[in-house]
Amino acid sequence: MTQAFPADSVGLVTPQALTFSEPLTLACGRTLNNYQLMVETYGELNASKSNAVLICHALSGDHHAAGYHSADDRKPGWWNGYIGPGKAIDTNKFFVVSLNNLGGCSGSTGPSSINPDTGTPWGADFPKLRVRDWVHSQARLADALGIGQWAAVVGGSLGGMQAMRWALEYPDRVRHCVVIASAMKLSAQNIAFNETARQAIMSDPHFHAGDYLSHNTYPKSGLSVARMIGHITYLSDHVMGEKFGRELRSGSFEQGLDDLVEFQVESYLRYQGDTFSERFDANTYILMTRALDYFDLAREYDDAPSVAFRRASCDFFVASFSTDWRFPVERSREIVDALISAQKNVSYAEVDSPYGHDAFLLPNDHYRESFSRYMAGITTE
Amino acid sequence: MRFDFNQLLTWIAPESRVLDLACGDGSLLALLSEKKSVRGYGLEIDPEQIQTCISRGVNVINQNLEHGLGNFEDDSFDTVLMTQALQTMRYPHIVLDEMLRVGKECIITFPNFGHWKARYHLAIKGRMPVSDLLPYEWYDTPNIHFCTFTDFEVLCREKYINVLHRQVVNERSAQWLGDLSPNLFGETAIYHLSK
Repeated sequence: MTQAFPADSVGLVTPQALTFSEPLTLACGRTLNNYQLMVETYGELNASKSNAVLICHALSGDHHAAGYHSADDRKPGWWNGYIGPGKAIDTNKFFVVSLNNLGGCSGSTGPSSINPDTGTPWGADFPKLRVRDWVHSQARLADALGIGQWAAVVGGSLGGMQAMRWALEYPDRVRHCVVIASAMKLSAQNIAFNETARQAIMSDPHFHAGDYLSHNTYPKSGLSVARMIGHITYLSDHVMGEKFGRELRSGSFEQGLDDLVEFQVESYLRYQGDTFSERFDANTYILMTRALDYFDLAREYDDAPSVAFRRASCDFFVASFSTDWRFPVERSREIVDALISAQKNVSYAEVDSPYGHDAFLLPNDHYRESFSRYMAGITTE
Repeated sequence: MRFDFNQLLTWIAPESRVLDLACGDGSLLALLSEKKSVRGYGLEIDPEQIQTCISRGVNVINQNLEHGLGNFEDDSFDTVLMTQALQTMRYPHIVLDEMLRVGKECIITFPNFGHWKARYHLAIKGRMPVSDLLPYEWYDTPNIHFCTFTDFEVLCREKYINVLHRQVVNERSAQWLGDLSPNLFGETAIYHLSK
């Protein structure tokens, strides 16, 4: 049987679970004695092990970044547009490693996993993680795969924060750092959105202070509202207007009719919220948004980003999108300014796109060309 | 190599920090990096030019010069360059101030609007100059603020800018004529400036 996967796709991929038994001390002071990371890889590791690229995922992402899990998969991985043969992250050249981060809910150890000490799901007791914890666990993953140094660590949004933290925590283990639609720290408005989302989850009666799995339930409506809030902020006003306008899904404004009127955008958002709440774990959502809020690249460097980046020894590529109001272009310009001040090699593309924060996942000529050419310039000998 | 680059090379110290405004395809920065081992950054807004810079391995920053250089600290570069772009700026005099604030020295090249061909067009034909040197019509030209060499020097005097070197380069006509009477026969000026 011939698979009908597109030629520029990595095709059928199979995730694998890697277990780690060396205890990992976390930034919060607690220790994870054992943990599992769910991983996918694309392409081949070369003999000198110099062509490995790490993909760091964003808030709701996972290890499935490219390709398909089965022949009848409707959708490929979340960054399939930019990972594959001949694509920006060219799997003919690079060995690409993508994982579900610790604390996730797609197979890696997280709040919905069983706590070996209690025999019940971790729930709310799962340690609060910070971006650096992910970076340290990813370094263990690199060790396990025999990768001493990444050709590049690449991430968008929360993933970009991990990529930058990599450059500071393991300067000898990263040659290139690719930071897309990200920030060195979130703004108050950003934290406010995240807290509103968390409150939606925590005020759901099915949340049970985070121990909903022990009660055989989950905060479906709370998580759904959290996702709706997030989703609004990832799109631009313009795109929502183009996509939905004031179109009605049902009902009418005709005089004399008392129908319930439903706008298309309401129905769309509810659908997004519902499907998300069925696949994602509420505690993971809380954990991930907190990691986002806590992140401050230069906190331990006297709040001076240029001092922080002086630690790095890699080159950087930074990109941002004109209508992204969650991670606006100003945040990326701050990264670039700090890198120049720290005398690091950096190129920066500010991409015109109507699609808001989601633009980093979507097709765009300038973005694709700049990103592709930067990756093409990375030597892997 | 572009004809104005050769002279400019001699004024750049090895391993210095260079900022190239409106760096285009990055060829000057690539040259400076090869010949002088400079740490350079280019500012550019055209997507295709930015992509070409990235392919060349030149550091390129997507930044609109019309919005200023406010993100760069005083004296943070040894040399700030701008080749053949001053005349396209909305506020050339402010750009000049900013270049001298950010750079310890500046190098600027621009076409001479006092060149005899331009004068001929205006004085004899009564038309805005269109020539091999300035190939645009008045309505579609990106060059919105032309000056002559003399105009530029007057501006430098008014701003107490120190002219370290001045060189006239002719690509299409005799160099000796340009040296003899720069404002009449010089095609391109290269100014090396400091505060």
